[in-house]
Amino acid sequence: MIGLIAALATVASATTHASWVDVGTFSVAAAIVLAGAIGVVVARNPVHSALMLVMTLFGVAVLFVLQRDSFLAAVQVIVYAGAIVVLFLFVIMFLGVDREDNIAAEPLRGQRPLAIGLVALGTTGLLLLGQVSGWTTGAPHVAGPDTGQPNVNLLGKSLYTTYLFPFEATAALLIIAVVGAVVLARRPPPSPNPVDDQGGAGPVDATGDIVAADADAASRPGEGGSPLGAPHASGVAGSPEEVGS
Amino acid sequence: MTVNPDWYLALGVVLFSIGALGVLIRRNVLVMFMCVELMLNAANLTFVTFARVLHDIGGQVLVFFVLVVAAAEVVVGLGIVVAIFRRRANATADDLHLMKG
Repeated sequence: MIGLIAALATVASATTHASWVDVGTFSVAAAIVLAGAIGVVVARNPVHSALMLVMTLFGVAVLFVLQRDSFLAAVQVIVYAGAIVVLFLFVIMFLGVDREDNIAAEPLRGQRPLAIGLVALGTTGLLLLGQVSGWTTGAPHVAGPDTGQPNVNLLGKSLYTTYLFPFEATAALLIIAVVGAVVLARRPPPSPNPVDDQGGAGPVDATGDIVAADADAASRPGEGGSPLGAPHASGVAGSPEEVGS
Repeated sequence: MTVNPDWYLALGVVLFSIGALGVLIRRNVLVMFMCVELMLNAANLTFVTFARVLHDIGGQVLVFFVLVVAAAEVVVGLGIVVAIFRRRANATADDLHLMKG
């Protein structure tokens, strides 16, 4: 699919004057985007929703390529379709919620027609506003010119000079997100027992043995090093079997 | 006949509306997350279009940041979803009205 996008990029860059290629590509990509978006909303199975989301993301990547923005198209495909949707699918499969969803159930009476009406009203208002007062307003060349060249150089330079502090804050944000995900997805401990932290290999009935090992280590403080600790612990772990037999 | 920037912006409007509609009418939490992704993509498309029209690299830098924030949001949100589903089996958005730990 990346090869397809690259082929589209070469077509779009080679035929700058043949605008019907742009129109055709835009039409196909817009149809893909809208069909995928509608599929995300109306699909009953969450797995189908995720696959429709992949379709929409590829369509948006094609639209990025069509606007001479191949770097963000590649990032879109790699990050979104390669990481985020795969994460969605992992969670769907992990939780086992890939069963049919009852769309027709409407817990709040009248909420759904109200939502459809409000969204349709807002969409129509935005489109009419764009038609009446112009879509694009604003000052050009605020953060540096987009020269229409391959924009990786320009993007990297802008990212590492003008936007350096947000870039570093992005790194901090990713670290925080990773730590938060680990904390949230961690299975809670079944019974808080602080003694278990000391004897890693110790079974449940070895609590008294671990205490004895502590007393043993306390009586001989010279052997407290970690290389000696491992055979010592194995000897302690072997001792309940001898006691049991 | 050429591709106006208006077409991209109108497509962004429609895509954002479909995503907002999905957040409003769906009850599955995962599908609601995917609809949030749709809205973020509509914003990305609008940013890229404005970056091209106004000859400004800032729009593309913002798309980059939106991608990063979307990745972080999905990671944390799916962690919360996993933590919720561990407690109760069938969790739609209607069942999650208790903000207890």
